Amino acid sequence: MSIVDWFAKKEKANATSTKLNIPGDVWIKCPSCGEILFQKDLESNAKVCPKCQHHFRLSASERIDLLVDPHSFVEVDSSISPIDFLTFSDTEPYQTRIHKSQSKSLSKDAVITGSATIQGIPVQLAVMDFGFMGGSMGAVVGEKITRTIERGVATQNPVIVVASSGGARMQEGIMSLMQMAKTSVALQQLARVKVPYISIMSDPTTGGTSASFATLGDINLVEPGALVSFAGPRVIEQTIRQKLPKGAQRAEFLLHHGMVDRVVHRKELPTTIAKLLRVLMIPSGGAHETTPL
Amino acid sequence: MKRLPFEKPLSELLDKIEQLKTLSQTEGIDLTSEIAKIEERADAVRRDLYANLTPIDVVQIARHPNRPDAISLATLMLTDWTELHGDRQFADDPSIIGGLGLMGSHRVMLIGHQKGHDTKENIYRNFGMPHPEGYRKALRLMQLADRFNIPIVTLIDTPGAYPGLAAEERGQAEAIARNLKEMAGFRVPIISVVIGEGGSGGALGIGVGNRLLMLQYAVYSVISPEGCASILFRDAKKADIAAKALRITASDIHSLGVCHGILPEPLGGAHHHWQETASTIQSACIAELNRYQSWSSDAIIEERFQHFRKLGPFIENNEPANMPSFC
Repeated sequence: MSIVDWFAKKEKANATSTKLNIPGDVWIKCPSCGEILFQKDLESNAKVCPKCQHHFRLSASERIDLLVDPHSFVEVDSSISPIDFLTFSDTEPYQTRIHKSQSKSLSKDAVITGSATIQGIPVQLAVMDFGFMGGSMGAVVGEKITRTIERGVATQNPVIVVASSGGARMQEGIMSLMQMAKTSVALQQLARVKVPYISIMSDPTTGGTSASFATLGDINLVEPGALVSFAGPRVIEQTIRQKLPKGAQRAEFLLHHGMVDRVVHRKELPTTIAKLLRVLMIPSGGAHETTPL
Repeated sequence: MKRLPFEKPLSELLDKIEQLKTLSQTEGIDLTSEIAKIEERADAVRRDLYANLTPIDVVQIARHPNRPDAISLATLMLTDWTELHGDRQFADDPSIIGGLGLMGSHRVMLIGHQKGHDTKENIYRNFGMPHPEGYRKALRLMQLADRFNIPIVTLIDTPGAYPGLAAEERGQAEAIARNLKEMAGFRVPIISVVIGEGGSGGALGIGVGNRLLMLQYAVYSVISPEGCASILFRDAKKADIAAKALRITASDIHSLGVCHGILPEPLGGAHHHWQETASTIQSACIAELNRYQSWSSDAIIEERFQHFRKLGPFIENNEPANMPSFC
């Protein structure tokens, strides 16, 4: 057999073996440890790699399922939809991007909001969806998060926001920047009525989202390994040509630098939140005088 | 003075004027009438150029190295101006300045981004890009003003908050976010003026005011036109298209309802006449501060809240909400 034939035979063998491969959505390779994981096992493990504990990204609805008591979530403001008020067009019109993202997703923009209970405690909840235009914050995200905070003021229920966002939505120009102010102003009102706000930062939380409501929690929690930054590593490398050390801007870096209260494993989030809220919400008279929540 | 790319037609005339001036000096010839004629033509050309500026031209004016800086404006606008330093936690950031003074009869705490006019100054001022300690200094000074019931004036002029490892380690995001939330709660009026570049979160970090004013050739944007071009248009050279699409000029920001008033600049831009620019800003701020003299602190907080609450158009139940006037 000549070497050419040998290669041809080898190639043929490779081709057959590719054909024999199992469909891509059944197996998934962990980007952190390289372990090949059975998709169903991963899903039943809160989308956390059983070998290295790498936290895969979640959609908003997956997040809600893992965070709140079963069947307790009641969505509100689901009909709020973005509008291309600047008639913005880059490589494609913003209107087209909106339509594409909406047809891929169950929701109309990058956040789902509503009320729920966590281990029996009623909360007002906003969960961002990185899958919808990179979780970018435009007027809809700003409005829905602001309304969530306002419902916290009105109901005295604690407010929980799960961030997962690349930052402001450039297609909405200055108005996306103003959502940082709008949500932060609302948090000032929540602080005045002394209702707790817990911010949960998941991978990634960067730019305008980190520089507004996501870092303003009375308690800031972050998932292991999550990237949280003002300027992401690529922005820093491109603008000032500074190469970041390994692990910079990850959850453990934030804990080390005093920016978050705790790094919390995804499966521990409901218990951690419930424990904190129980203590925070006991009237100052003391625990023995109150009925358990 | 640095001439801007779009001023090219003007540039030749200005060169000629300079040539004639040197000639008349060295040769002792009287060329006054010739010079006056060309100067007249130059003025006409300048008026024409400045009447037809594109957004990227305006960006260049906003970034002109001779544009009046915050400290110079403070010196020109305030009596008894005293600069105050430091965040009491880590350092004194030269990219943000602040201090006390009197504006007319009003006591004010003036806060501003500080750029330099040459390379040496710009390195010292980090090109007006603050680190977290800059925002924390601003917060400390604003809290001081709030405690003594002194109105706050902020002058915005930054390419953005500094993107670097040290800034991340010290919590750039948190420092900005905290300012947004705390500024919302101050009982004194806050007047913000964009005097040059309003660069994203770095600008907003001292910009949550009751009123936002913009100099005529100032810009305010969620991202620099260059940054937007390289991310969204995948081509950094398309900054001119991005500048137009983002709607960042004072008139755009005004028609979007984000800014309350536009302050006219001298012909050719603020860098030609600092004193005139300073008095324009000063009288606008005094007029604003006069408005609040009989206001309660609750009314001041409520006005600020209402301004930001209604920003951000969307559709709900097929009905558009918060739509800007031009739509």
